[in-house]
Amino acid sequence: MLSGQHKNGQTIEKGSSLGRDAWFRLKKNHIAMVSLWFFVGVTLICFLLPLIPGIPNPNITYPDLQSMPAMSSGISVDGTEAFYLLGSDHLGRDIFSRILFGGRVSLMVGFIATAVSLTIGIVYGAVSGYVGGRLDAFMMRIVDILYALPFMIIVIILTTYFGNNLWLLFVCIGAVEWLTMARIVRGQVISLKNQEFVEAARSLGLSQWRIIFRHLIPNTIGPVIIYTTLTVPAVMRLEAILSFLGLGVQPPDASWGSLIKEGADRMASDPGLLVYPAIIFGLTLFSLNFLGDGLRDALDPKSSKD
Amino acid sequence: MSTLRYILSRFGQSIFALLCIITITFFLARLAPGGPFLDDKAVPEHLIEKMNQKYGFDKPLPVQYALYLGSLLKGDLGPSFGNKGFSVNEIIADGLPVSFMLGISGLGIALLIGIPVGVFAAARRNTFIDYSLMSIALLGICLPTFVIAPLLGEIFALKLGWFDVAMWENSSAWFLGALTLGLYYSAYIARLTRGSMLDVLNQDFIRTAHAKGVSPVKVLFKHAFRGGITPVVAYLGPALAGLIGGSFVVETIFGLPGLGQHFIKAATNRDFWLINGTVMVFAVLILVMNFFVDILQAWLDPRTKSKN
Amino acid sequence: MICHRIEKTQQGYLAHPTLLALCIAALVFLTSGCNRESKVDIATREKILLLGNGGEPKALDPHIVSAVGDSNILRAIFEGLVTYHPSSDMLHEPGVAERWESNEDFSEWRFFLRKDAKWSNGDPVTAHDFVYSYHRILHPEMAAPYSSMLYFLKNAEAFNRGDLADFDQVGVKAANDHELVCTLKSPTPFFPDVVKHTTWLPVHQGTIEKFGGMTEEFTDWQKPGNHVSNGAYTLTEWRINSVIKVRRNPHYWDAKTVKLNGLNFYPIDNTFTEEKAFRGDLLHYTYIIPSNLIPRYEEANEPNLRIETYAGSYFYRCNVNERPTDNVDFRRALAYSIDQETIVKYVTMGGQQPAYGFTPPSEAGYHPPNVISYDPEKAREYLKKAGYESGANVPEFSIILNTNEAHKSIAVAIQDMWKKELGIEKVKIENQEWKVYQQTIIDKKYNVARAGWIGDYVDPTTFLGIWKTGDSNNNTGWSNAEYDRLLTESYLLSDTDARYQLLRDAESILLDEVPVLPIYWYTRTYLIHPDVKNWNPLLLDNHPYKLIDLDPGLKRTVAPEAAEQ
Repeated sequence: MLSGQHKNGQTIEKGSSLGRDAWFRLKKNHIAMVSLWFFVGVTLICFLLPLIPGIPNPNITYPDLQSMPAMSSGISVDGTEAFYLLGSDHLGRDIFSRILFGGRVSLMVGFIATAVSLTIGIVYGAVSGYVGGRLDAFMMRIVDILYALPFMIIVIILTTYFGNNLWLLFVCIGAVEWLTMARIVRGQVISLKNQEFVEAARSLGLSQWRIIFRHLIPNTIGPVIIYTTLTVPAVMRLEAILSFLGLGVQPPDASWGSLIKEGADRMASDPGLLVYPAIIFGLTLFSLNFLGDGLRDALDPKSSKD
Repeated sequence: MSTLRYILSRFGQSIFALLCIITITFFLARLAPGGPFLDDKAVPEHLIEKMNQKYGFDKPLPVQYALYLGSLLKGDLGPSFGNKGFSVNEIIADGLPVSFMLGISGLGIALLIGIPVGVFAAARRNTFIDYSLMSIALLGICLPTFVIAPLLGEIFALKLGWFDVAMWENSSAWFLGALTLGLYYSAYIARLTRGSMLDVLNQDFIRTAHAKGVSPVKVLFKHAFRGGITPVVAYLGPALAGLIGGSFVVETIFGLPGLGQHFIKAATNRDFWLINGTVMVFAVLILVMNFFVDILQAWLDPRTKSKN
Repeated sequence: MICHRIEKTQQGYLAHPTLLALCIAALVFLTSGCNRESKVDIATREKILLLGNGGEPKALDPHIVSAVGDSNILRAIFEGLVTYHPSSDMLHEPGVAERWESNEDFSEWRFFLRKDAKWSNGDPVTAHDFVYSYHRILHPEMAAPYSSMLYFLKNAEAFNRGDLADFDQVGVKAANDHELVCTLKSPTPFFPDVVKHTTWLPVHQGTIEKFGGMTEEFTDWQKPGNHVSNGAYTLTEWRINSVIKVRRNPHYWDAKTVKLNGLNFYPIDNTFTEEKAFRGDLLHYTYIIPSNLIPRYEEANEPNLRIETYAGSYFYRCNVNERPTDNVDFRRALAYSIDQETIVKYVTMGGQQPAYGFTPPSEAGYHPPNVISYDPEKAREYLKKAGYESGANVPEFSIILNTNEAHKSIAVAIQDMWKKELGIEKVKIENQEWKVYQQTIIDKKYNVARAGWIGDYVDPTTFLGIWKTGDSNNNTGWSNAEYDRLLTESYLLSDTDARYQLLRDAESILLDEVPVLPIYWYTRTYLIHPDVKNWNPLLLDNHPYKLIDLDPGLKRTVAPEAAEQ
């Protein structure tokens, strides 16, 4: 494969950027591409579809139309007719539109919190691992300290002082999730920094920052991407656990996590409440995962030999 | 000699870290609104004042802090306000075995499933087996524990009757709890193992080994495994700490009296000393785990050590 | 079995770990699953009642606790002057007191204690023990959270606040070892109902002092082995968040009537877990059943499900000092636009009654005035009167809840009703964690907040008393001189009918000004195993355990066969 690429990719061989090169390889990975389009599709649907009139309000209740099956419609006592694509929940709210609106929240939490954690984690871990010695020890002790901090109490304090709001949630989750990323990147950097190419860069007299940002960080991309695909679901789960504790997204609004939590409580009496959000949540995470794997292969030319 | 010094300095750092955590927790818990003396029914204000006086909460915070540190040095973690008559020491002594049982068997299950699956998937990369194994692993990640736990309970306890569905005393429900946690973390470990094994398998010395005609199985286990396992080892610290401390969902669902539940209840009850006590236990666990992980990592990857 | 097959064929390295996990599972299965007799069956045979009990008790000291679950345990191990009747809230059973009498106007009560009443260590229970106990709970340094239950006694409040140093002036005396005299601050015809409450239980002086002073809270006296009590059972084991075991008290004066050998209380917070524990034959009784499972149990015609009237009121508090709930017409608009019927039928689903007043109608013969009902027309009129042309003009306000799935559903439904009926768009729902919620209510930093109130004794004053000006449970800022006057006057009356009339007048004022939005009257919904006998519906849900029995009935004939395996 590698040799094949060399043949039909003269331009790539010469002056191509890492990104274009990777995109080229990614396009050949069908599963990754399907995942990519699926993920983009889900994101677009969640953010754009609710703009179309006719999608029911996710928070409007018809208690007398509770637990309706999928593809059914009913007339509430007040005379409103409601059609339920995926059925209704225990308050007669439309599950389909709740999933759409919940998706907005979940995806936003996923994107923003992960981005926050990635940025902090990578820079922190790389610096710590590369510089080593006392600074490394100091920085890692800070990570240890933060690890052992009672996350929930911090969230409670913040939410009671600043009110329960979503942006706070992003920051809280992001600020917690970077720790593991930092440790992983550090470990990776430590094992990389004595390798030949770094020695070479150093002997060429490149600045430390340049070595870190141009040579070390790009080479940690594999584990970072994998961990990112793990972080997105972890973030979404964390958000759900916060909902479990009554923090995070506030009723009547929902997120996928809180929908699944509600569904899990009503698993036996009303499986649809759990199944539909769980499926969409699962598929989204699946696609993220396969996309992550595809990106990894694409970004890491060494690994594309087979 | 230098190893000893390294260990000693790490030990000193850990003590310092612990002190920081105690301090931060102490002040954070105190800043949160609501106090331990609020009750289901309204408690008259003069009584709350009386109780604050009685337990020294009317003193300035720094004084309280100093008093608390003093009693810590004597090994006294203070009384619990949520469980009157019990000291925090007693409560932790009660909860720790439960948490350890859950955490260690959970980690055992996670490693037993995660590492082989990861290695196998890496060896068969981009095949159908690889994809299906990784999909199953991902299923473990994307189904939250509060879905898996009741499902396992419903199936293995209520349908099949193999285990008890809840409670700790004279009950087998803890195994379902450990299984829930284990499945979840095994998915993480499988993915990490696969990723790092692939990294190692692409390195030159593996290619050399292949070229020299060493059998693939031998390459996998003799040469690649040691390096491939390093990120997993790095992950063990947070994983075990997460298992022991973060298992409160599982503890709630299976009614297990572990530290996770104590912590959550303490936090919601504003049971100050119990909050501090449980956080301290978690902190010690994490610090100890990370300490060992660092040493283990150095041992696994000799290049790390040479620099230190 | 599976183990062997794979081990022989050696399917490669992947098989081993999975296999090992399977083996572990099989092992656990063998060690635990072998016994065919379920835990509940064993317990029934041994006459041990297994009870789910909500949360972990805060203490087993009657002077510290106030939660319902905690008092369930205390009722098993302590006995007061008067105890609960097994089938009626209106009747009294003699406890430590054999009989009691009052003076003409019910302001002085004499309790004659039985001579054979004993503590679990063999000491006799005397009137001095009760005086000591009341001294302890009222002691300012004890700072007992629920000491206000004893304010019925003359000068008790002053002593509790520290305004009065001499306990001798408080209205409780031991006339001799076996006669207790209570002098009350005002006539209280229902005083025997009051002394049934856990706060009036006695504690053993010797034990309290042995492990610390009278007012020491954190002593070891509550631990198994140290704990001394005077009830039918005595504490034998206490593992936090796991189990509390009580067993027969051999020194109990009525030990021969006691049917059960013991009770195990399991503090299971999660209601779904508790329900599963019941289905998994680990419990005889659940503290509660999650509301969304009730329809399923009803459909299946499950005989284990019980739905019983409970003396409790579910309502929303309105802060009368904050805009927009400071406007009485606005509060009325909110009250009349809540469709209680729908909430009860589709949201809570536990057979609750829509609350047309605040105090639930009770056996004692009190019926609240019928004022509040769902009337959207009237609600809209009141909204106009309050100065809002449409709901869209109403400034933003929020409903505060403590985190709980059921409260959340109700709030979402009500929020939507206000939106549909009144057009109020800007209602936020705010979940708060329990202690934060309590602080918010006390600080009155809210507009509307959910609340519940369970009666402590059978009398409307346990409900209406909290809305007096300055009552520590009022927390709405609402104050009405006429209401206070009617209530105070009612305390001086000894004639029940006249008293109820005054209270009804007072409640009419409350419901007219609606500082509270009544929603529904509680029911107790729980699961109970058919083996449990003598468990009768009770309005206050305070079951005396000594008459409860466990009897397997016909099922037992099948058991020997099962036991052979």
